[in-house]
Amino acid sequence: MYGLFLRHYYLIKSSLPRILDLIYWPTIQIILWGFISKFFSIHSDYYSNTLGVILTCAILYDILFRSSISFNMLFLEEIWSRNFTNLFIAPLKLKEIIVSLIFTALIRTLIGLVPAIILTSPLFGVSILKLGLPLLFLFLSLYLFGITLGLFVSSGLIRFGPSFENIAWSSLFLLAPLGCIYYPIEILPDLFQVIAKCLPLVYIFDETRNILLNGSIDYINLKQAYLLNLIYLIIGIFLFYLSFLRARIKGTLINMGE
Amino acid sequence: MKRPLEVIGLSKAYNIKEVVKDVSFKLNQNEIIGILGPNGCGKTTTIAMILGLLKPSKGKVLVSGVEIENQRVDLLDQLNFISPYIELPKKLTVRQNLEVYGRLYDVNKLKTKIDYLTEKLRLYEFIDKLTGDLSSGQKNRVSLAKSIINDPKVLLLDEPTASLDPETGDFVRSFLEEYQKENKTSILLASHNMAEVERLCSSVLMMNKGSIIDEGKPEELIKKHGRKNMEEVFLKLTREKV
Repeated sequence: MYGLFLRHYYLIKSSLPRILDLIYWPTIQIILWGFISKFFSIHSDYYSNTLGVILTCAILYDILFRSSISFNMLFLEEIWSRNFTNLFIAPLKLKEIIVSLIFTALIRTLIGLVPAIILTSPLFGVSILKLGLPLLFLFLSLYLFGITLGLFVSSGLIRFGPSFENIAWSSLFLLAPLGCIYYPIEILPDLFQVIAKCLPLVYIFDETRNILLNGSIDYINLKQAYLLNLIYLIIGIFLFYLSFLRARIKGTLINMGE
Repeated sequence: MKRPLEVIGLSKAYNIKEVVKDVSFKLNQNEIIGILGPNGCGKTTTIAMILGLLKPSKGKVLVSGVEIENQRVDLLDQLNFISPYIELPKKLTVRQNLEVYGRLYDVNKLKTKIDYLTEKLRLYEFIDKLTGDLSSGQKNRVSLAKSIINDPKVLLLDEPTASLDPETGDFVRSFLEEYQKENKTSILLASHNMAEVERLCSSVLMMNKGSIIDEGKPEELIKKHGRKNMEEVFLKLTREKV
């Protein structure tokens, strides 16, 4: 028994990422639920339809989550199956890889989300479709940000190899408290508000709540979200190309998956 | 006609450590050159630079007279590669894998090509099985099929018969001989199997500690070093100080 304990103890002790990983998840969960609790304790009468707003926001957040994870999974599956090198010696341009991943991620996202969207109506009487046409804009904006995050993480995987895998899973949860999915930005401390305003999520979810509560749409929020999305997408694509170049210099592509 | 592959003064350094030093050679059409050397001597690094997976610190790789650094993706169409350290997706059937790579290499008449490979490499028994369920010998034949799906001008083989039983190993070597004659393919073969190198290669590059320490026809090298076979030549050269 002690031998088995030692085996895991040595593994954890020798790996800072593993220790950080152990600390990371509870910290993020506590921060997220702390802000949610704070919001509802101050504004208990804020929503007349709390369930509808929370569930709609949860589903929208899942669009971001699924699209990003789908993008990353496509990359990780090639690493896990040790097929990575085969792909990079095929006559494929980087832009072709990016475009094919974007479309495949869309299909994976829809396969995961459509059943969840259908289920919420009979189970909870909530339909995301009540958002109407703006849902399309919100969906596209979240999808764009999701694949942008996927590009960031995939760039890390190309550059640093499979050891970057944990970041793929944890990056999205870091954004949950800052993205103001379930509460307005005012709930965050001042410093966090400054960071949060740099994320398109704040504008997307603020607008979602606005549509659900007031039945009107504020295009300024959407424009702001799309502008930020565009900036991050350009940075993501640049980073992807840069990582590939660095990986060719450092030799990461050769040993990937071994 | 442009030479399929030419490597000129190729070097690779990680920080200050030079792992490949000034490697040069020419691979003509219809020729098989072997690269021999102990583990870590720079064989795989050299192949990775030829494939454009690794950026050389110095020197250049010319594929059909064009430097790979300038037109990597266009030239990859003329190359292909097999290594025991690289696998095909396990959850796809053999046929699905060949379809995927046929598309990636933009192969014309793909179905006919897959039928041809199935026949030649005896894949028919497991063509619709999951690749992950195959034995290592069967996987090796599938990887070989993938590596020639685009009829590459230059085929790079990194230990193509490693961990295979003698019968499968012999089948692979016989197939390569036949395929090379039929298609006039140029092959660069990195191997630890000296008998394989003697049988297949018209010329051999001996590498140690990142450099080519000797080269020539196998029979010439055996004679030059006064040994009985390539294995003895290999041991003599790799035990000498560079």
